[in-house]
Amino acid sequence: MAKVLVLVEHDAASGSVKKASLELLTLARRLGDPAAVWFGAGSADAVAVLGEYGASTVYVADGDDVKAHPVVPMVDVLSALVAELSPAAVIVPSSADGKEVAGRLAVRTGSGVITDAVDIDASGIATQSVFGGSTVVHSKVTTGTPIYTVRSNSVAPEPAPTTCTAQTVSTQVSAIAKTATVIERTVASKGGRPELTEAAVVVSGGRGVGGSDGFSVIEKLADSLGAAVGASRAATDAGWYPHQYQVGQTGKTVSPQLYIANGISGAIQHRAGMQTSKLVVAVNKDAEAPIFELADFGVVGDLFEVVPQLTDEIEKRAN
Amino acid sequence: MKIAVCVKQVPDTWAEKTLREQDSTLDRESPDGVLNELDEYAVEEALQIAEAHGGEVTVVSMGPARAAETVRKALSMGADAGIHIQDDALHGSDAIATSAVLAAALADKGFDLIIFGSESTDARMSVIPAMVAERLGVAQLTFAQRVSVSGTDVTIERVTDYGFDTISAAMPAVVSVVEKINEPRYPSFKGIMAAKKKPVETLVVADLGLDAASVGQAAAWSAVNDFAARPPKPVGTIVSDEGDGGARIASYLTEQKFI
Repeated sequence: MAKVLVLVEHDAASGSVKKASLELLTLARRLGDPAAVWFGAGSADAVAVLGEYGASTVYVADGDDVKAHPVVPMVDVLSALVAELSPAAVIVPSSADGKEVAGRLAVRTGSGVITDAVDIDASGIATQSVFGGSTVVHSKVTTGTPIYTVRSNSVAPEPAPTTCTAQTVSTQVSAIAKTATVIERTVASKGGRPELTEAAVVVSGGRGVGGSDGFSVIEKLADSLGAAVGASRAATDAGWYPHQYQVGQTGKTVSPQLYIANGISGAIQHRAGMQTSKLVVAVNKDAEAPIFELADFGVVGDLFEVVPQLTDEIEKRAN
Repeated sequence: MKIAVCVKQVPDTWAEKTLREQDSTLDRESPDGVLNELDEYAVEEALQIAEAHGGEVTVVSMGPARAAETVRKALSMGADAGIHIQDDALHGSDAIATSAVLAAALADKGFDLIIFGSESTDARMSVIPAMVAERLGVAQLTFAQRVSVSGTDVTIERVTDYGFDTISAAMPAVVSVVEKINEPRYPSFKGIMAAKKKPVETLVVADLGLDAASVGQAAAWSAVNDFAARPPKPVGTIVSDEGDGGARIASYLTEQKFI
């Protein structure tokens, strides 16, 4: 059976395999024999979990050059593996790095690329949810080795235990990789919350939050659910919350199991970033707010009454 | 210093976007076409760098005839000249072909910096800057929340999941910038008038030394099988807060096994 290369990402701090990577391994099994590709240190600790999710091989690229230069070393390693193994497909996460790796790898290997897939079937047809989730597209790569980037939370990771063997690969990087050098990595404090695009639950605040102080109410609810915090553009443009947490057309796209929108009207701009959430709960003063058209459950009311009560209830029920 | 800034005309951010039945490509006719909002930051950054270090800013855009308005918009913000690649053969091009066209238009022009927005609000692939860097064989400094130029070097802060990476390269380099790196200026009346007189070169695919058969929908390396509007969601339960709104959500979340 042909191999399917899966670019595995691991948490910068803990080194543990990201849940999104286990999702990719689950999808890869439909297309062939999943082989993980690991960059950096810590692969020895990951072999067991990669095997549990069906990877028969993990190709390990760990060297100073891989760390010292952005994006391109991953393309160098993956393109060498594509040439050597003629895989059925290459699957990478829809992260900033992942999309750029996919784009460059497509150019370098003469292959078509599909980004932001939310599903891939056994024949290689990818499902994409475009224009803010208003249109569902099925498409296929027609030339070269199909390259896909897949969004977090697209499928549930399913174990399929096998024995995973680690194999070290060359980390000789190309001259073009060396044209840019990472001088320093700065880790910002996230206050222990999960990464926005990967979180199973996202709690967001918008114009109705009224100011940066109001976001403490949103954060408390998020923490009671172990959720990530998001914000609408109105809130980030007003400077109430840092813009890297913006969910929407010009911000991040999230697809969590549960999305709780507080004081967000639900303009297209925002819906484009969260419309594919599995379950939507909305709290808004305005009964006419378009967010209620998307909501599975909605409360028309003052978020400063409703949200703290909800947080209390969750804490009560959890204990 | 010579700076190129690549821009795209996209359907208005606030418009509903649709695919055309006949060929599954984006309907670019019905909605208003605007300068991709995320490219405004690229134009602004290019202008600021040129103002600080001296130099000339050239706007480069591939798109149908009406994309000329978008080139003009960037010129009215203050860019000096434009290149508009317009050819019916380009209709339906994938990212692979688009990057080949842009790279061909940018190559051998002596640009020190080639600046992009981080993505377009229609296709949202975020791959073109990386693909163009790959094709040109120059440094890729993308997703920048800060760009600084010093002598022959350019340094950026690349936004990452965990914070940011400080990345440096010798020019020439391809840079992409994220929203909020700056506040894009509005074109002044004077700028709008001046833009009408600025030179815009219109090129076809053959002018770039590319074969028209290597671009467009027929040459794309991926294809749409089918598409459909997402079926509308069934109407949810909407209640008015009677002092128990929070508790009712909690009960709902318990039913759904989130608590």
